Amino acid sequence: MGEHSMTSAHQFCTFYLDQLLFGLELKGVQEVMRSLEMTHVPLAPAVVSGLINLRGQIVTAIDLRRRLELQVRPAELLPMNVVVRSNEGAVSLLVDKIGDVVEVEDSSLEPAPEMLPPSIRSMIRGVHKLEDKLLHVLDTERACEIAETDLVSANE
Amino acid sequence: MSESDIVKDFLIESHENLDRLDRELVELEKNPANKGALASIFRTIHTIKGTCGFLGFNKLEKLTHVGENLLSRLRDGALTLTPEITTALLDTVDAVRQMLEHIERDGSEGERNDGPLIDTLTTLQQVPATQASEQTRPSIGEILMERAGVSQEVILQAAEKQKKGDPRHLGEILVEQKAVRPSDVVEALRIQQSSRASGGVLDSSVRVDVHLLDKLMNLVGELVLARNQVLQYGKKIKDRNFMAASQRLNLITTELQEGVMKTRMQPIGNIWGQFPRTVRDVALACGKQVVIEMEGKETELDKTIIEAIKDPLTHLVRNSVDHGIESPEARARAGKDATGRVMLRASHEGGQVHIEICDDGAGLDSERIRQKALGKGLVSAEQAIRMTDRDIVNLIFMPGFSTAEKVSKVSGRGVGMDVVRTNIEKIGGTVDVQSRPGLGTTVHMRIPLTLAIIPALIVTGGSERYAIPQVCLLELVHLEAEQAASRIERVHGALVHRLRGRLLPLVFLEQALGAEQSRAADRKGAVNIVVLQANDQQFGLVVDEIKDTEEIVVKPLGRQLKGVSAFAGATIMGDGKVALILDPVGLAQRARVIGGAAQRIVKEQERTAEEKAGGNRQTLLLFQIGQSGRMAVPLSLVARLEEFPRSAVERSGSQQVVQYRGRIMPLVNISAAVEVSGLAEEGAGSPAHSPLQVLVHSESGRSVGLVVDRILDIVEEEILVEKVGQRRGVLGSAVVQKRVTDLLDIHELLRLTQPGFARAAAAGD
Repeated sequence: MGEHSMTSAHQFCTFYLDQLLFGLELKGVQEVMRSLEMTHVPLAPAVVSGLINLRGQIVTAIDLRRRLELQVRPAELLPMNVVVRSNEGAVSLLVDKIGDVVEVEDSSLEPAPEMLPPSIRSMIRGVHKLEDKLLHVLDTERACEIAETDLVSANE
Repeated sequence: MSESDIVKDFLIESHENLDRLDRELVELEKNPANKGALASIFRTIHTIKGTCGFLGFNKLEKLTHVGENLLSRLRDGALTLTPEITTALLDTVDAVRQMLEHIERDGSEGERNDGPLIDTLTTLQQVPATQASEQTRPSIGEILMERAGVSQEVILQAAEKQKKGDPRHLGEILVEQKAVRPSDVVEALRIQQSSRASGGVLDSSVRVDVHLLDKLMNLVGELVLARNQVLQYGKKIKDRNFMAASQRLNLITTELQEGVMKTRMQPIGNIWGQFPRTVRDVALACGKQVVIEMEGKETELDKTIIEAIKDPLTHLVRNSVDHGIESPEARARAGKDATGRVMLRASHEGGQVHIEICDDGAGLDSERIRQKALGKGLVSAEQAIRMTDRDIVNLIFMPGFSTAEKVSKVSGRGVGMDVVRTNIEKIGGTVDVQSRPGLGTTVHMRIPLTLAIIPALIVTGGSERYAIPQVCLLELVHLEAEQAASRIERVHGALVHRLRGRLLPLVFLEQALGAEQSRAADRKGAVNIVVLQANDQQFGLVVDEIKDTEEIVVKPLGRQLKGVSAFAGATIMGDGKVALILDPVGLAQRARVIGGAAQRIVKEQERTAEEKAGGNRQTLLLFQIGQSGRMAVPLSLVARLEEFPRSAVERSGSQQVVQYRGRIMPLVNISAAVEVSGLAEEGAGSPAHSPLQVLVHSESGRSVGLVVDRILDIVEEEILVEKVGQRRGVLGSAVVQKRVTDLLDIHELLRLTQPGFARAAAAGD
C-alpha cells in the first residue's frame, strides 16, 4: 500500500488498554461514547460485556481487555465505547480511555514485536513507533470476532 | 417505461394469473358446465400469449397458442373436458410458469423442449384448430345458446358447416336455418362487445415495492419504541398536558402500526389457492378420491409469515392426501364415503392465527408410532409407556421420524414433519397433531400475526428483565410460600410442580441462565411460575417477578451472541434499556427439561452400554402403597401407566373392573393383596377424589390393572434382593435409592388374586 506514494497516511483513533496504546483506523469508527447503561447477557462468551441501546439500535459490546487477554478492568474504571462498523453491523468496543486522533505514515508500520503475547499479536496489523509510545494497530474485523472456542463454550 | 419494466410487469401479472388458472382448472374439472371459469381461463392464456408475441418470447407464444386452441374447442362445446385434458392444461400452466421463472432469472425462455406437450395438446384437440382471433370474448354461439335457447347441436352443426368451407358467419347460418331471429344475433353481438369492455375490473389498488413496506414497518417499530419511552416518561413527570399529548401519540401510533401492518397483510387464500391442484395431483397419483374444503380463506397474515408457512402447509396437505386418506376401497370397507375430505380452516384468535388441516382418513396408528420411536431410539422405554396417546402422535414431529414405510412419489422425500415444525417454530408458531383412530387426523398450528412487533410478557430474573413471547405462554401460576413448600416436589432429582394432576418440570430462570445454584435453591417465599410451551412439551419457568405485557419490537442479536440458544433476540424497553427475549425451546433444552433427539439417542445408547456392562442393573418402577409402603417392580413387566377416575370402576361379580381399550380389565388392589413392610392400619393412602393410579400388566394379550397409591419414580439401580421372611406377593426386599423397598412378585400376586388370568397366561406361554 505504501508503495503508491510516500505521503499516504492514515488517521487512527487511539485509546488505552491497561497502559498500552492501541489504534483503530478512523474511517471504521462510527463514534465514541462515554460509558452507557449495559444489559448483561447471561451465558454469553466472557468477552461480551452486554448489549447497549445506541439510539434505538441494539449493539453488542465487546470488552477489548478480555478480547486481548489483558488484565481485567478494575470495577471503578468505567469503560468508554468505541463504536465501529464491522461487516456485521455496529459493534461497541470497550476501552479504558480515549486518546488523540493521530495521523501516521503507512510506511512507518512495523511488524508486531516478538515479545508481545500471542493473543495481541494475532489481532494487530503492526505497530507504529510514535515519539514516546508504541501504537498498536488493531484489525477491526478481528477485534469484533469471537473466538470459536468461546462460541462453543457459550452453547454448553 | 423501459422494456425491462414491461417485462417485469408482465411477469408479475402472469404469475398472479397462473395461480388463478390452477384454481380455475380444478374447479372446472369438478364442474365442467362452469362457463365463467372456462372463459376466464381462456382470457388469461390469451393475454399471456398476446404479450409474449409482443415481447418476442416465441416458445412461450407457441405453447400458449396451442393451449388456447384446445381451450377454444372446449369453450365452443366441440370438446368436453376429460381428466386428460385437464392434466395437459395444468402441465401447460406448469411449463409456462417454468419459462416465466427462467425469464425472470436471465431474460431467456430456457432450453426446454415443449414438443411432446404441444403434440399432446394438439392430439387432444382432435380437429385442427380454428383461427383464434376472438378469444377474449365469449363466442357468439355460446351467447346464443344462453340467451336465445338454441341447442348445442344446432350450433355445432353450423360450426361444422363453417369448417367445411361455408364463408358466412355463424349468426348468418343460424338465421338462415331459422334457428334464431336476426334480432337475437344483433343482441348477442352487442353482449359480446360489452363483455370485452368489461373484461377487467378497474384497479383500485397500487403496486408497492415490498422493500418500501419493510422500511415503513421498521420505522413504525422505532416509533413504537419512542412511544413506549414517552409514555413511561409521562408517568414520571405527571404533567396533564403532556399526558394528553402522549395519549394522543399513543393512539395514533397504534393506529399507524395497524395500518402499516395491514399493508403487509395477505389473505391466506393466496397460498391455499394452489392446494386444490396439489390435492388433485397427489390424489390422482395414489389412486384416491379426495376433495378439499376451505374455511377462512380471507384470514390475513403478514407477508413474510405467509411465505414462511407456505411450504409447511403444502407438505401437510400432501401428507393428508398421501398418508391420511385411505384408498376408496378401504374407505368403503370402513363404511365411509369413497371420497375423502381434506379440510383447511383458518381463523384469528387472540392475536394469533389458528390454522387447521383436518382429514377424515384412518388417523395415526399410535402403537406403530410408539414402536417406531422406540426402534429409532427417539424415546426411551420408560418414556414410551408414560406417554399419553396424544404425546405419542406428536412424536411424528421429531427429527428422524417418518412413518411412511415406503417412500412414495409424493411424500417421504426427506422433508419430514420435523422440518415442518422447525419452520413453524422459526416464526414463533407452534404445531401439534391430534388423531382419532378411524376418524382422521388434525394438525393444528398457531402462528403469530406478524414478526416484527409481538406482544410479550415481561418478567425479571436476577437483576434483569426478560421478555417472553406471548405465543409460548400458557398460564401463570402463583404459589404462596406455604403452598410452594408442599406443591413443589423433587422427582428423579428434578423439581416439579403438580399442576392439575400433571407433573410440570420446573426451570429456575436465574439458574438456567447460569446464576449460582444455591441462590435459586435457597429461595423461600412465594413462587411465580410461567407455564410455557416448548415444542410439544410444557414446563414451568420460575421467575422473580411477573410484570406487564408489552408490545415489543424484536431485534436480532449480533453474530457474537448467535451461539446462545436461550435467547431469541433483544428489544428496547420503555426506559431505553435493552432487554433480552427468551427462547423457551432453547431455555428448556439448556435446562434439560426437554431434549433434542440427538441427546435422547445418546442417552439411550449409554443406557444399553450400561446394561451390557453392569449385569444386575435393573430399571425399576417405584410406587407407594398406603401412606408409607414402598414397593418396586421391574419396569419390563409394566406395559403402561394409566390413570382412571374412581367413577370408572365397575363391578363384574365380586371383581372390580374398568373398561380399557375396548376391553374389560380386572383391577387388583395391591395394598389389599400383599403384605408390605411399613404399612400400618392407616386406611386409604390417597384421597378418595383423586384418580386411580394403575400399572397395566399384559400377558398373552390380556391385561390386568394393578392399583397403587402413588407412582414415585423410575430408577435404574444395581439391586441385591434379600428375602426377609415369607410374605404374600413379595419377592423380597432390596435397597433402592438408599431405602428398603419391597419387590412385588407379580406372578404370585396374580396367582393369588386372578387365578383365571394366571392360567390363561400360562396356557398362552
